[in-house]
Amino acid sequence: MPLHLKLHTQPEVPLEADCICPDKIQSLKDSEISSMIVFHGNRQVKLGEFFDCKGAFDGEIIIDGDLNNVKHIGASMTFGKIIVEGNIGLHTGAAMQGGEIIIEGNASDWLAAEMQGGKITVKGNAGHMTGSGYRGSTVGMQGGEIFIHGNVKNETGHVMRRGLIVVGGDSGDFTGVNMIAGTIIVLGNMGIRTGAGMRRGSIICFNEAEILPTFMRNCEYQPSFIKFYINYLEKNGFSIDSSYTNGTFERWSGDSVELNRGEILLSTKKSK
Amino acid sequence: MKIKSTEIDDTFAEAFKMFGSRIIITAETKEWATAAAQSITGFATSVIGCKCEAGIETEILPENSPDQRHGVSVLFFAMDSQNLGKRLVERIGQCVMTCPSTSCYNGIDNGNEVVVGGQLRYFGDGHQISKKILNKRLWRIPVMDGEFLVDDIFKVKEAVGGGNILIMAKDQNTGLKAAKSAVKAMREIQNIILPFPNGVVRSGSKVGSKYKALIASTNDAYCPTLSGVVEKTEIKEGVNCVLEIVIDGLELEDVEQAMRVGVEAAIKPGVKKISAGNYGGGLGQYQIHLHKLLAKGEK
Repeated sequence: MPLHLKLHTQPEVPLEADCICPDKIQSLKDSEISSMIVFHGNRQVKLGEFFDCKGAFDGEIIIDGDLNNVKHIGASMTFGKIIVEGNIGLHTGAAMQGGEIIIEGNASDWLAAEMQGGKITVKGNAGHMTGSGYRGSTVGMQGGEIFIHGNVKNETGHVMRRGLIVVGGDSGDFTGVNMIAGTIIVLGNMGIRTGAGMRRGSIICFNEAEILPTFMRNCEYQPSFIKFYINYLEKNGFSIDSSYTNGTFERWSGDSVELNRGEILLSTKKSK
Repeated sequence: MKIKSTEIDDTFAEAFKMFGSRIIITAETKEWATAAAQSITGFATSVIGCKCEAGIETEILPENSPDQRHGVSVLFFAMDSQNLGKRLVERIGQCVMTCPSTSCYNGIDNGNEVVVGGQLRYFGDGHQISKKILNKRLWRIPVMDGEFLVDDIFKVKEAVGGGNILIMAKDQNTGLKAAKSAVKAMREIQNIILPFPNGVVRSGSKVGSKYKALIASTNDAYCPTLSGVVEKTEIKEGVNCVLEIVIDGLELEDVEQAMRVGVEAAIKPGVKKISAGNYGGGLGQYQIHLHKLLAKGEK
């Protein structure tokens, strides 16, 4: 039976609840869970002041309520599963190393920032800096998978080094900015300055996009590896037109202001 | 034991523990996939002279192939996993990577890992790109028609080599027809290959030679032209042609099944005897007895 947490009091200021994490709950007795300390603004309070705790932890945590003002859920988690029934606040799954987070609603900014492993699925939209590095960090996401079925805002995958980010809808500006390696797939449209400063890595988009002048058009071809991604995305609930499977992609390499080993692949078949 | 007019020798095939691997070659068309498969299985009839044994296992339809393109599966066998890994690197590099539109994937789930794509990637001269999907790393090597996609790791597992049957016929024509029928039946079995030309070998060998440099020489006991010359001959009255079919397989059961259907298909008028090659049981790890095999088939 999973542990059920239900928000009964909306926090007036952001609630920092990094204790809502399988790693921190696994060693506690059921009665101790509601006594875990969270920060309500700069004040330390018990988790039970905001959440009703029911059930017993068996590796899975289900969280209910409008969690827009609750931060750091699942941060640094290494195992287990968190299911968020609604929206969720900042820094969810930040530095996550393993396990799975499923968000039925929308996620706020800094989702999976500096993630190292595991899997996050967002059924709605996500905010800015998804899968990014924090300001000043030279390395962002280093592993794991992020699936967003809706749209994302700016700077998705900033300084990303490894892993996979999939956006079912549109992505904002600076997708894959300063990317070091890894893969970002956008099924909708991308904003401006995609891949600015990228060294290596792949940004794959199923639509045309505005390309920076520091990228060089290479060719139009059929990359076989994309079929593996398409299959994988379909298994993860994304609906992709079968004509993309054998479709051609335009390859752009860049960013020439950096190492120039990155690539942007744009489908020649327009989806929208 | 006699079935119709064909005597089944009360003997056994002596098979060996080998290491085997399955690779999947895909391409834009069936023709290109087949061309690569034929090229990679060339000069791979016997470990004695070719360092490995290989053959086409089956065709793979696009709906069953890893990248939804036409595919061919190829089995490789060698005496140890390290040697097999080297052969895979050499042959995939020279025969598959060179063939237009192809990709190459590992076709076995369990076994020892050998790095293949991880070595071939250097052909990309620094422009190669790796992608990890579902915990599997693929290498994208830039080539003149786009990219050659190859798995980083291939698996090799313990397998069985050297299963065999000997068809002893009244003449060459009868022997060829019987061998052809046997090969056709055996190729319906999965997980096995028949590494020799069209599945048949006429130059069976024995261990050793009068010449010190040779480790194997003609199996004189089965050469009709030597029936009155050598001390020990297996050529009986009325036998003028002996053809052998060698079977390598990923599992002993598959080799046994292939031998059984092969023997059954080779029983024809003019086939005097069906036997199997062995070295007295002192060399190979497996003994596949023909009579037991056929009795098992009847059950």
